[in-house]
Amino acid sequence: MAGQSDPHLSLFSPSEVEFVAEDEVVEIVPNIRMDALNMICGDFGPFFPQIPSKVPLWLAVALKKRGKCTIRTPDWMTVDRLTQVLEAERESPREFQPLPFHYIEISKLLFDHAREDISDAYLVRSLIEDIRDVRFHKVETGLETISGRTHAVKLKNLSAMEVNIVRPFMVRTLQAFYKHDSPEMIQQGDNTGSRPTQVADRGPREKVDVKSHSTSFSFLQRDLRRR
Amino acid sequence: MSSWDDDDESASASASAATTDVELLKRAWRNEKAAPEVLRFDKDLVDRVREQIQLLEETLDDFADSGVDDLVVSLYQMDLDRTLFLLRSYLRLRLQKIEKYTMHISRSQDLKDRLSEQEQKFAKSCGEIMEKHLKQSVLSKLPYGYGDEFVTKQSLSSTEDDMTLVIEILHICMNCGPENGLYSLPTISSEHPDLICLFRHSVPEPQLDTFVFCKTKSDVGAFQLDDIGEEVVDLVADDLYVLRYKSIKGLVEGGRIDLI
Repeated sequence: MAGQSDPHLSLFSPSEVEFVAEDEVVEIVPNIRMDALNMICGDFGPFFPQIPSKVPLWLAVALKKRGKCTIRTPDWMTVDRLTQVLEAERESPREFQPLPFHYIEISKLLFDHAREDISDAYLVRSLIEDIRDVRFHKVETGLETISGRTHAVKLKNLSAMEVNIVRPFMVRTLQAFYKHDSPEMIQQGDNTGSRPTQVADRGPREKVDVKSHSTSFSFLQRDLRRR
Repeated sequence: MSSWDDDDESASASASAATTDVELLKRAWRNEKAAPEVLRFDKDLVDRVREQIQLLEETLDDFADSGVDDLVVSLYQMDLDRTLFLLRSYLRLRLQKIEKYTMHISRSQDLKDRLSEQEQKFAKSCGEIMEKHLKQSVLSKLPYGYGDEFVTKQSLSSTEDDMTLVIEILHICMNCGPENGLYSLPTISSEHPDLICLFRHSVPEPQLDTFVFCKTKSDVGAFQLDDIGEEVVDLVADDLYVLRYKSIKGLVEGGRIDLI
């Protein structure tokens, strides 16, 4: 694994992100009668045949695997909605469309375990893949614009799995810029320097320009014009 | 945006009403994973989760005796396994951090206070084992006169070639303290400031300057990232940011922001 050498860069394994996503609530239509489940993670049911009920995804998948229910496809996972999202993603190069935080994991789990419950499954799948590609391209383009003046990044609507993928690059880049930008680095070329944590006075700084709340992918940078 | 209603509903419901302990533990687990340093141990929360696990284990035993439907048993078993995973992963994660930063933690009471009783014991024995190891592998191998009771200034005024040796010795000085008859640190620091710097670099410390991904729970408003108020970010509810851990540390501790 790439992050093995520095566990802080790749914190969550993909399966751990999936584990978190499995707690997202979905709607199932059971075909059996079952008493309420009073679990550590919450109370669910009671379940009656053909009466929809809300349960966490892991429970839905477990029931589905045993043929005890069908899983209702979430509203956002329809061809209509996804087509709209894809169009909007393509139209706004600096913005991410709102999708569930775990849309990648949820759709993967549903495709793996409840494919027959999804209408137009093939199309839905390819739409989600396209959306992922477009969004990831934006992330990559965004990475190119990080500079020494970037002290914070705002990533509105970025999803959990996307965060996990981009984390090592993003953190390493920001850290490198931050390190080389610090006066400590500039003053001393020798290795006897004090620890980075001691850098309290980072020299005169420019005011930050926090303008763009309209865009999802904004790098909050010090305003160049005032330099 | 009708389809988001469900999400909003569940989000506001979980925020306002009873958030389950598992949910809280999951948050603690994620924060602990994402934070570079060890965070405060929530003993009450862990105790509550332990209790619930024990309760469910007992219930499962009863189920086995009373012949409850296999399906129901397996579902409860999954719930139990998920909770166990979360708890174990959380505790193991903390132990890894403690092991890595033993020396750093042992120097600060505030950091020590963040650990649970068992974790403090673990940290102590980690430190002792390390000290023993360094003594055996370095001090005992030094020529007579440099040994345990007699690390003198002589070794510190040696040539540059002996630098590595000196650093090793400093390591042990720090570990044992002057009360054990070793060279006292203040003297070293006043006469050899460069050595101290080198030495400090050799004690693993969490990198608080690192950048972390975080999500705001509610509006925080204009938030100052640096000491002098020249880097300000407006933190809006439910947005995702990449910020320096050091500057948002307080918000994480106060539960106003979640690391992801």
